[in-house]
Amino acid sequence: MIAAPKPDLITVNVDGRDVSVPKGTNVIEAARQVGVDVPYYCYHPKLSISGNCRMCLVEIGMPAVDPATKAPIMDPATGKQRINWIPRPQIGCATNASPGLHVRTQTPQIKDCREGVMEFLLVNHPLDCPICDQAGECKLQEQATGYGRGYSRYIEEKNVKPKRTRLGPRVTLDDERCILCSRCIRFCKEIAKDDVLGFVDRGSYSTLTCYPGRELANNYSLNTVDICPVGALTSTDFRFKMRVWFLKQTNSIDTESSVGANTVVWSREGVIHRITPRQNDAVNDTWMADSGRELYKAVRAADRLASCRIGSAEATLDSALLTAGTLLREAAGAVAVVGSGRSSVEEQFLTRRLAESLGTSAHLVSRTGPGDGLLISADRNPNVRGALVTGLISALPPSRLEALAAAIDAGKVRAVVSVGEDLAVAGLTAAQLAKIAVVYLGTHVNATSAAARVTFPTLTVFEKSGCFVNQQFRLQRFHKAVPGPVGAIDDLAALSKLIGAAGGSAPADLHAVWRELAPAVPALREVSLAGVPDSGLVLDSAPYAALPFVEGETLHYKPAAKA
Amino acid sequence: MAVVPLERKPLTFAERTYLPQIAEGLRTTWRHLVRPKTTLEYPEQRPAVPAGYRGVPTLVKDPNGREKCVSCQLCEFVCPPKAIRITPGGIAEDSAHAHVEKAPREFEIDMLRCIYCGMCQEVCPEEAIWLQSQYSMTGYSREEMVNNKARLYELGGTLPDEHFKWDHKKAAEERGGGHH
Repeated sequence: MIAAPKPDLITVNVDGRDVSVPKGTNVIEAARQVGVDVPYYCYHPKLSISGNCRMCLVEIGMPAVDPATKAPIMDPATGKQRINWIPRPQIGCATNASPGLHVRTQTPQIKDCREGVMEFLLVNHPLDCPICDQAGECKLQEQATGYGRGYSRYIEEKNVKPKRTRLGPRVTLDDERCILCSRCIRFCKEIAKDDVLGFVDRGSYSTLTCYPGRELANNYSLNTVDICPVGALTSTDFRFKMRVWFLKQTNSIDTESSVGANTVVWSREGVIHRITPRQNDAVNDTWMADSGRELYKAVRAADRLASCRIGSAEATLDSALLTAGTLLREAAGAVAVVGSGRSSVEEQFLTRRLAESLGTSAHLVSRTGPGDGLLISADRNPNVRGALVTGLISALPPSRLEALAAAIDAGKVRAVVSVGEDLAVAGLTAAQLAKIAVVYLGTHVNATSAAARVTFPTLTVFEKSGCFVNQQFRLQRFHKAVPGPVGAIDDLAALSKLIGAAGGSAPADLHAVWRELAPAVPALREVSLAGVPDSGLVLDSAPYAALPFVEGETLHYKPAAKA
Repeated sequence: MAVVPLERKPLTFAERTYLPQIAEGLRTTWRHLVRPKTTLEYPEQRPAVPAGYRGVPTLVKDPNGREKCVSCQLCEFVCPPKAIRITPGGIAEDSAHAHVEKAPREFEIDMLRCIYCGMCQEVCPEEAIWLQSQYSMTGYSREEMVNNKARLYELGGTLPDEHFKWDHKKAAEERGGGHH
């Protein structure tokens, strides 16, 4: 095996401290590695460099050498090589580290520069902080405090600009707050590949706007709100909803597709207010799709299931379990289990155990749609690979349950346990549903819950903890952000009780499930729940290499070449 | 520890008669009988509240009738006993105060929790919340002791404004120029 090539490291000196960084690192990132904060607005690690905010000015210099002989010129006072400092400051974002580069960030000249830049940025900036949604996570607030002058010398008049321009269906622009960093423009051009934003007018009247006749409507538009360092671009959905300092952040995973974009769920007192991306350089960088940010609305939807039901009557958990147990016993030998690619790894493991204790194997439904080549893949189930890993299924699932439908028609299946899948959408007709006894575990009202003999209300992804396996076979954890509605049961507990009703036994909480899951699943034998890092853990995908996965190329995923 | 026994001083003859003590006591009684009264017939009579008194927190409007609170929720954040609860909201675009953009949809102060510390008034960037002279909050139920937005404005009334910051801004917008 050939050893991976070592990155080309070079040594630079930041504020008197040497640091080795890979070639191509800029001064801001090099300084970050030694804990030196170089303030910036327009620079973004995942976007191109524009260098227009001028906040990251630093002094740089190179060791002096004799022009003729290339011999180092020593400084007799210190006995070290003399540094030729460039007399004027340079921007750190566009200065790449070169061997021997010396950087100073704390000199009086740099302090003056930062104060000057801050003063210019604040010239036309309104005193909007009390009504600004960015307050609390605003770079301008932070850096005015950290690097500003602390008082205003400005006695002239401030510009008035439009305060609520609609840039698109989800983004509202407050022009007065914009500091013209152009991050949003570069994002649309380079990442979303939808070049609709640009600046018009000059000087103090410069304004961010859309190309005439177009709007910022692509499915990644809300990332511009995330990367806006000030409160200029605001999310129309989150606008004036809640101050960010009240919100609790919980790491979660986007369940839209098998990309498994890492997210943060922001909630207060059990109410989710917004979802934003979480940086994972191997999965989603710092981006996520707009569609994934609206999923939290399902949590408090009006059609949420919140009590066990027998038929259409509300029932207690115990009586529902009793009825379900009776149904399963009556149909013994003719019970089918439909698992879900939306369930967590742990739930899929218990679904497998349920199928085993009923003496059957589980069906799964695939859900596909066009991939966008970025962060939404063609496989719209977040966890099909989890079902493969846990042994719930051994081949890729069909999109319609035709085998199950045929078995029902033939009378071979008289009861179906569906773990979160709407059987009507998955290809069973109303007549087929009426013919069988359905035990449904789900979160929302649908055709299956209406037809079900017994319904158990379960939790959405925001209300429970667990793991998903994304398209890269990366095991990623999601955490409980808010408590479930009164009456809803944790999926694991519901499955565990159903297994009990079916005559088996299984643990009911996450950690207990993992104690049985890890030894039973070959791919997870070495894995512990606590050992899964925030950035995920890549599992061995070799056993599944031959399967024809539907995903096309996305941001950090290339499908295996077709044989 | 050493114990020091003290000899009690024997009483004098006058002290033994108790008459000087009785006279002294009666003097105090008579003095209070003839002095002007210091008690009040509360609640018919009410004391004058000194300036700067920290009474019940209230919300105020500016002299033009605009509600000053913009629901920045700093008071909610700073409130030590967490007595304040704000539901923020936007201002409709057809409102006369649309340029302020944000106002509380609901504003509740739980007077069973409030400790009258005045931090909300101190932190308010819009000078919208004031602890005024109202000192008596009573009620028969817990719900009654929670002041909602309507009640807070009723208690607060209107206070003079020095800045008219938002009005200046609106005028500049209509003029098409800048503002200070």
